[in-house]
Amino acid sequence: MSRLDQISAAVLEEARMSMPRLERQPFERRAMKSGILTGLTWMVAILGSIPLFSVIYMLAIKGGARLDLEALTALPPAGFETGGGFGNAIVGTLVMVGIGGITSIPIGILAAVYLAVLGPYSKLAGISRFVAKTLTGFPSILAGVFTYAILVINFGYSALAGGVSLAVLMLPTIVLAAEEAMKQVPQRMTDAAFGIGCTRTQVIWKVVLPTGLPGILTGVMLAVAGAAGESAPLLFTALFSNYYLSGLTEPTASLSILIYNFSAMPFENQIQLAWAASLVLVLIVLVFNILARLFGRPKV
Amino acid sequence: MSATAEVVASETAASEASAFAPLGDVVIDCDLQKVYYGDFLAVRDSSVPIEKGKITGFIGPSGCGKSTVLRSLNRMNDLIPIFRFEGHVKYHGQDIYGRKVDPVVVRRYIGMVFQQPNPFSMSIYDNVAFGLRLNRYKGNLDEHVQKALERAALWNEVKDKLKNSGLSLSGGQQQRLCIARAIATEPDVLLMDEPCSALDPIATRQVEELMLELKERYTVALVTHNMQQATRVADTTAFFGVDISEGGRTGYLVEMGQTRQIFQDPRETLTRQYVAGEFS
Amino acid sequence: MRSPTRSLIQATFQGRHESMASNLIKSNTAAESVSGPPSSGDYLADSVFRAIALTCAALIVLLIAYILWEIGGKAVPAMREDGLGFITGTTWNPNRDQFGVLPEIWGTLYSSLLALIIGGLFGVSIAIFLTQDFLGSRVTAVFRTIVELLAAIPSVVYGLWGIYVLIPLLRPVADWLHAHLGFIPLFGTELSGPGLAPAALVLAIMILPTVAAISVDAFRRIPYKVKEAAFGMGTTRWEAILKVMLPTASSGLLAALVLGFGRALGETMALAMLIGNSNQISLSLFAPADTLASLLASNFPEAGPVEVRALMYAAMVLLVITFLVNVVGLGIQQYTMRKFEGKK
Repeated sequence: MSRLDQISAAVLEEARMSMPRLERQPFERRAMKSGILTGLTWMVAILGSIPLFSVIYMLAIKGGARLDLEALTALPPAGFETGGGFGNAIVGTLVMVGIGGITSIPIGILAAVYLAVLGPYSKLAGISRFVAKTLTGFPSILAGVFTYAILVINFGYSALAGGVSLAVLMLPTIVLAAEEAMKQVPQRMTDAAFGIGCTRTQVIWKVVLPTGLPGILTGVMLAVAGAAGESAPLLFTALFSNYYLSGLTEPTASLSILIYNFSAMPFENQIQLAWAASLVLVLIVLVFNILARLFGRPKV
Repeated sequence: MSATAEVVASETAASEASAFAPLGDVVIDCDLQKVYYGDFLAVRDSSVPIEKGKITGFIGPSGCGKSTVLRSLNRMNDLIPIFRFEGHVKYHGQDIYGRKVDPVVVRRYIGMVFQQPNPFSMSIYDNVAFGLRLNRYKGNLDEHVQKALERAALWNEVKDKLKNSGLSLSGGQQQRLCIARAIATEPDVLLMDEPCSALDPIATRQVEELMLELKERYTVALVTHNMQQATRVADTTAFFGVDISEGGRTGYLVEMGQTRQIFQDPRETLTRQYVAGEFS
Repeated sequence: MRSPTRSLIQATFQGRHESMASNLIKSNTAAESVSGPPSSGDYLADSVFRAIALTCAALIVLLIAYILWEIGGKAVPAMREDGLGFITGTTWNPNRDQFGVLPEIWGTLYSSLLALIIGGLFGVSIAIFLTQDFLGSRVTAVFRTIVELLAAIPSVVYGLWGIYVLIPLLRPVADWLHAHLGFIPLFGTELSGPGLAPAALVLAIMILPTVAAISVDAFRRIPYKVKEAAFGMGTTRWEAILKVMLPTASSGLLAALVLGFGRALGETMALAMLIGNSNQISLSLFAPADTLASLLASNFPEAGPVEVRALMYAAMVLLVITFLVNVVGLGIQQYTMRKFEGKK
């Protein structure tokens, strides 16, 4: 090599050594740490998902095996009996959720109207909102204790009491979801309604409620889904019954209490029914969750 | 450095501006001495009489309070909790801010078209019929709806899809829908806050023709940032400026008069500068 | 305007005497305006509706007051009788009028704490997983659905699953741990069936969605420019997460953990089915235990009036504990939101 070539080669070599290496270096310490943590996170995510798949699997296999027309319509079997079903429990659950809904949905939406539109900055609104948020974490069994104290002591165990205890649990969810939905209605739309001469009630009924309806329905469906799965509050308000519902002032069966009762029994028949009832209960809850998602899609 | 309508000395007396003597009946006697949002003085010394059967234009640079003044005419500013003002606004001699006055009634007679299109999330037909139904109109709804849409230059584009949602229209169409909605009830006074800013020139022209047609029987007050529009449609023009002398930005009425006079022979220097396009 | 007309117009503006006065104002104003003031029916509807809405908002506040009043009121007789001994006592014997909830308080706190450690860790990790650009949007949606489904499954179903799937799975592990590491009090006893461990695990699964949801929210609130700043400096993804995102979202994550803890405290059914309902205090993960909520669940249905009073006292204790924890959690959440409103 000529002297010139030698110098340029040296210069090039020098340059190459001092330039930063831009390509990925997977085994360099920082990258490796990052890779390990990512791997761990994946593991955590998958681990966390396993219980869900296990539950679904058990429901499908053990519950599905026992699910048939008889299970859906017959009455609960006694100890050593075979056969039987939980038809009355399905009816009981739906009826009590219905009672809970009829009570909590109007009150919840009306309260949300006040919180979102009529008096959003008022003191009452601030306190009410805070209380609603606190109540979302209210232990479900205490709803049962409360309903016991106000209704059962005086009027006995009943489906009505069960429904009321569910209403207490549904109310905060509905209020907060409805308030959020109504707040999302663009202010320029309410401006237009005011501008054209609507009273506040007219603005609410003609613009805010129709426009916010998808969000409100989502909240309602989620509250209903949650209430359907509740069991603690029903333990000592609606109690249980082995017969179909005869009146609202009678104790009544429910899917969740049936599952609770049967799960502790040493009889294979009952345990199978518990799984079948669990499958039905989860399907009901799922249906309402899906409805919530469907309603939540705003139109245009 | 491009100048804005900011005046260092507030020597420009409001008295000269209010020397404007309206020629006809005054429908809205608006005299806003001080308008506050909380502690912020937004507008001062603006006495703007709105004449019946005329189009009054409000022009001026941004931030000069013309929208605030407009919105005070139908109590839309009530919706802002920290709004308060000193002065009076009288409609047919009645103080619309009187203690016993219901703003809802005021807004039935003084309609408004807003800057941003704001159709309701219902069908086009229902949007236009909204005011008619609100006032319990018992006549032929279809006819009124069609007439309103025709005058708003929108009928041909939507006559086949009246059931579609108002929100499915383009921005310019939505604005014309809002105009149709506002004029369907034929309010006594129509306030329009930059109604054409989202419209193309053809639609703008059609809306301007609508305004000229409306003033035959109704009264229009129009805020516009487009001076040429004021020259085309406004009979009377009020020019607002911004006063930064106290450290804030306070709008005030600089000059008001017949449009021709404002644009061809303005009394105030500031007016002359603005209409000459020296700032905007 | 002449005075009789003026007073009529005044009346119109006040919304009364519509028909005659509005005709008058119409003739003075527009040619054919359709407008008129609202009817008296409209005004009535307006006042009535607003009053109803206000009442409903007030009802919510009244509800919580009523709850406190009822449960507290019914608890007072027992509080007077047993006093603080209730909280420190360890036996629950209705026949002998002996009521003490210390084991239940212990069980509630211990199980919830264990659940928080596991469920909290998993919840926050999943939140990181979902928000820190690890996955394409489709896979993220799948995992988000999984978390939502976890939240949707009712408590009893988890209990059932716990009994027939988790406990049998756990037993060999528990036995091994007890056999080899039994000297550690955590593994001090055998897992005979129901016990603290399965209960805490199921509880962890149940609060995971709550913690994850609030944490996702906390991460989403971080202004984009913070992320830009971190990556702009050349951090790896995990360095950005650990050194920047986590600290920034820390108060939101804290709220998530506190509120998750609150949920765990109040959980009843799964615990009643899995914890063993045994009145003892033990550090062992495999010993049966009891919680306030499952005490109520198990004993209320068959309780006589004396026991009911004591149960009301227990309910009161549970109410106070969960209330305090939830209020603290909400307070932290409010603080977080205010902090970010400033930052933006």
